[in-house]
This record gives sequence, C-alpha cells and structure tokens, in this order.
Amino acid sequence: MSHATAVQDRPTPPTGPAPRSGLSSRSLPRLAPVGFAVVSVALAIGISLAAGWHSKVQWGMIAALLFLAISYVATTVVENKRQAKDRLATSIVWVCFLIAIVPLASLLWTTVSRGAERLDGYFLTHSMAGVLGSEASGGVYHALIGTLEQVGIATVISAPLGLLTAVYLVEYGKGSLAKAVTFFVDVMTGIPSIVAGLFILSIMLIFEIQPSGLMGALALTILMVPVVVRSTEEMLKLVPNELREASLALGIPKWRTILKVVLPTAIGGITTGVMLAIARIAGETAPIILLVFGSQLINANPFEGAQSSLPFYIYEQYKIGEAASYDRAWAAALVLIAFVMILNLVARGIARWKAPKTGR
Amino acid sequence: MAKRIDISGLSAFYGNHKAIEDISMTVEPRSVTAFIGPSGCGKSTFLRTLNRMHEVTPGGRVEGKVLLDDENLYASNVDPVTVRRTVGMVFQRPNPFPTMSIFDNVAAGLRLNGSYRKSELNDVVEKSLRGANLWNEVKDRLNKPGSGLSGGQQQRLCIARAIAVEPQVLLMDEPCSALDPISTLAIEDLIGELKERFTIVIVTHNMQQAARVSDRTAFFNLAAVGKPGRLIEIDETERIFSNPSVQATEDYISGRFG
Repeated sequence: MSHATAVQDRPTPPTGPAPRSGLSSRSLPRLAPVGFAVVSVALAIGISLAAGWHSKVQWGMIAALLFLAISYVATTVVENKRQAKDRLATSIVWVCFLIAIVPLASLLWTTVSRGAERLDGYFLTHSMAGVLGSEASGGVYHALIGTLEQVGIATVISAPLGLLTAVYLVEYGKGSLAKAVTFFVDVMTGIPSIVAGLFILSIMLIFEIQPSGLMGALALTILMVPVVVRSTEEMLKLVPNELREASLALGIPKWRTILKVVLPTAIGGITTGVMLAIARIAGETAPIILLVFGSQLINANPFEGAQSSLPFYIYEQYKIGEAASYDRAWAAALVLIAFVMILNLVARGIARWKAPKTGR
Repeated sequence: MAKRIDISGLSAFYGNHKAIEDISMTVEPRSVTAFIGPSGCGKSTFLRTLNRMHEVTPGGRVEGKVLLDDENLYASNVDPVTVRRTVGMVFQRPNPFPTMSIFDNVAAGLRLNGSYRKSELNDVVEKSLRGANLWNEVKDRLNKPGSGLSGGQQQRLCIARAIAVEPQVLLMDEPCSALDPISTLAIEDLIGELKERFTIVIVTHNMQQAARVSDRTAFFNLAAVGKPGRLIEIDETERIFSNPSVQATEDYISGRFG
C-alpha cells in the first residue's frame, strides 16, 4: 500500500489515465446528466417519429426510461458499479420530481392563461347582478366578499379553538381524556366536507335557520379545527423541553411559560399551519352549496341571506356552459389561486419574521 | 439572603422507579456544595428535588422533607412557583430563550413574574450581567438575540438570568460540562464570587472542579444498575479528597472505579 500514500502526497496529475489502485479514478464530467437528458429526449423523439406514435405522454415516458438506462450504462462503463447505482437513484429522484411537476405546472399555466383573459379591475369590482350567462360581463366581487367573510369567520372561530386544544394536548393533557381528544381530532381530519355541510344543514333544519354565510363558516370551522390542532401540536412538540424548564426554574407560572416562552418560540410554525388550513377551506364547495345557497347579488352581511363564494362561483359559471361563463370561471379560479398564494406568502413572511433569531 | 437547606429522609421516584433513596444532609448557607458520583446515581434528580423541578417530569414524585430555613418545601400549602423563585437553577446545556434579546433574557424572570418597576429593570439587568461577568462583552448589543452568543457566554447569560430574580439558593446542574476550559474557568471564578451572596449547590463530573470550587463535597453512588442512588458521605471538600471516611469514595476519586 506504499504507493497509495505516495499518491496522497503528490497532487493528482491533471491529464493522463488515473492509476487503477489509487484514491482517484475516472469520473464523468459534472454536467454529464444534462447531456444524458438531451440525448435521451432526442432519441425518444426520433424513435417515436419513426414508429409513428403521436402521444406526447408516450414520448415523455420513453425519454424518462432512456435517461435512466443511459445514465446507468454510461456510469458503469466510465466509473464503476457503485457509482452507477448512485447515479441511477439520483436519476430516479429527478424523473419523479419532473413527473410530479408536470401536472402542477400545466394546471397553473392553464389557469393563468385562460383566467387572465377576463381578470381585470371591472371583474374584481362587479357582481353578477342582472348579467345573463352568455353575456361577456359581470364579475366576481360578490363571491370574493363571500369567501373572505366565510373564511374569515371560520378562522376567527377555529384558530383559537385549535390553538387552545393543541396547547392542552401538548402541555397539560395526559391520560384517557387527551387520548380521546387526539383520536377525535384524527377522525375529524378525515371528515368529507359534504358531511360537515350535512351536519350543519341538519341543525339548520331542526331550528329552521335560513341559509347564510355564517352557516357555511360553521361547516368550514369543522373542517379547519383538526388541521389547526394537528399542525400546532407538532409545532409545540418541537419546542425544546429545556426552554420550559428554564422558564419554570425562574419561578414563572406554567401558564405564563406557555404564553410567553413556548408560544412565541413556535409562533412561526403555528402561523404557517393556520394559513395552510385557511388555504384548504378556501377551496371548499360542498358546504357552500348546501348552507350558503349561492347568490348573484352583493350581500356583505354574512349573518343574513344567501351569499356566494369563489369555489361556488366557479362551479356555477361552469354549469351555465356558455363561452363567456367559462371565461368567468377560469378568471375566478385564478382569483382563488392568487388568494391562497398571497396567504401562503404572508404566512412565510410572518414565519421568517417571527422565527427565533440566530444573528450575532 | 442566603439560606440553609436541611434535607431529611428524601426519596425521589420516576413513576414506580425509585431514583434516589433516603438522603439526609445539610447544605450550609453562603458556601458551595458539590455533588459528585458516577452517572445515573441520582445527583441531578436530587438537585432537582431542591427546587421542586423534579415533579415537572411526568411521573416525578418525592417523599421526605426539604427544609429551607425551617420551612418545608414539600408542605401541602407551599406553591412550587414560589419555591422556584427562591431557589434558582442553571442547567447543563445553556438554554437562553431563543425569541428574546440578551436584555429580555435577563429581564425574563422579573417581567414574566410581573413583579417589577420599569425604572429598576435596567439596573437589575446591568447588575445581573455584571454579576455574571458578562456585562463588558454584551453591553453594546443588549438587544441582539441571546442565542447568537458563544456557548460560554450563553451559560453566563443563563446564570445572569437566574440571579436577576434574586434567589436565595442557586442550583447548578453540571454548568460547565458543555464548555471549553476558558469558559469553565470564567464560570468557576464566578461561582467563587457568587457564594458571597448565595447558597450554591453544584453537580459536577469533574473532580478537579469540585476540588477547586466547593467548600463541601457530597459523594453519591448506587449499589447496582437499577438500584436507587444513595448519599455515601458528605464532608469538607479537603477531607473528601485527602482522607475520605468511606472506601468507595476514595476508590471513585482515585479513579479505581466509575
């Protein structure tokens, strides 16, 4: 092994064949995978055209398989078997990532390109009052108001409820009550939105309550609470126990420890969790159809009378089946996605702003 | 200020597991008492019973008496929160509050207890940071996060935080085990200064440290793995390290076991 140490001491010669038994060995250039990808895509297109296949999905699948095969074989030949396996695993990860990205990008692209046609100031500030389905007029204002109010009310109810439940589960809960709460939260996570809607509907029928934004918000609350509880619970569990002990050892009561030490430490994650829950319920249609009834008119009062909401509006416009209403549906879909997107950005901003600071 | 602690017949449990058994000793005021012994012999558990932090652990419970100047910490009408205000604690790993600045960390005890006047807060923070020998290093960046300090500085910040609430007793659970020799020296010097004002109890794995800083040393041991830890002997540090009365102590100190 004496020559192996000698290799370490000398700088590796920049050219010439590498010694077989040393520490260095032949390797592919860093950009080789890009080359493999280009070659495999070109080959896939060539093969497909020659065979007369027209499905782009088929082209993509052939390219993916070729890419995996080429990188494995090329790496085996140039480097070695172990490197080839490593390359294969990396390539599979990349291919899966691309496959996952395709529908997402396609959906975003379609929504943006089709929604942008109708999306303007007029669309955002007008309702559908007196607009015929086939008319290229009207707007989403009433639905936007409805979504903001229903989601707002649902958040005002669920965020504190979910937060306090999570605090109970992590900081106080032990024994059978905590287990029962955890179990029911898990069960609630799986409730389909239509069932939550039906539950509130049955109450409305018993007490003869008319449809209103509030009823929809209550159904959304049922869907939102378990999501908030779960995410907050996970965030609180991440707070190191040492911080709680440090606070308690200063003679700070437990409730103040939770309020002033535990919650601030976790607030970034909790906010993100709440925002994700909001994003989830903002797209719910079923409870709105059942409980808010839908409306073409602006109704800013969530406690009385029918309202609309963005998902409901999309559904309604799609059902009309005219070219103009399709455009409106796409534009509303874009508004909904933008709404969720903005919420996400706000959540990330808050999380970054509130995150424990590490700077010197 | 400083108070005497009299412990008699103290046992501590985690659920059904007895961690320490029948410990009786006296901790003198204005002095440093060191606890030494092999890992798992219950030194830290015992320390945590002295300010009722043991019962914070799920399943933790205590039997016996801890008298702080004739007042039993475990009497039914004693609030653990009040006990912890009187008996402060510094932990093994520095644990400043990550959301708070250096100033807020030191002020946390007073602020969150709600018992302070705004005007005196600045003075208390400066006094405590000076007391912990940290003032000169951080006085220009009091509003920077405490987690940005070095490990040794963080530990001194935690000491400043603990002494800011003016406890009578300061418990230290291996305060230097995560620190380098220079930071350790800084903290040991600090302990020497603090004992003028506080009763200090320190758990340490470092025998030289016990010999350097403490006035009295207690040696703990356990009969076998799974058996509860016991107090073997407590005496003047000089005697423990030169001429202990129990053979096990000498074996441990001279490195024949443990």
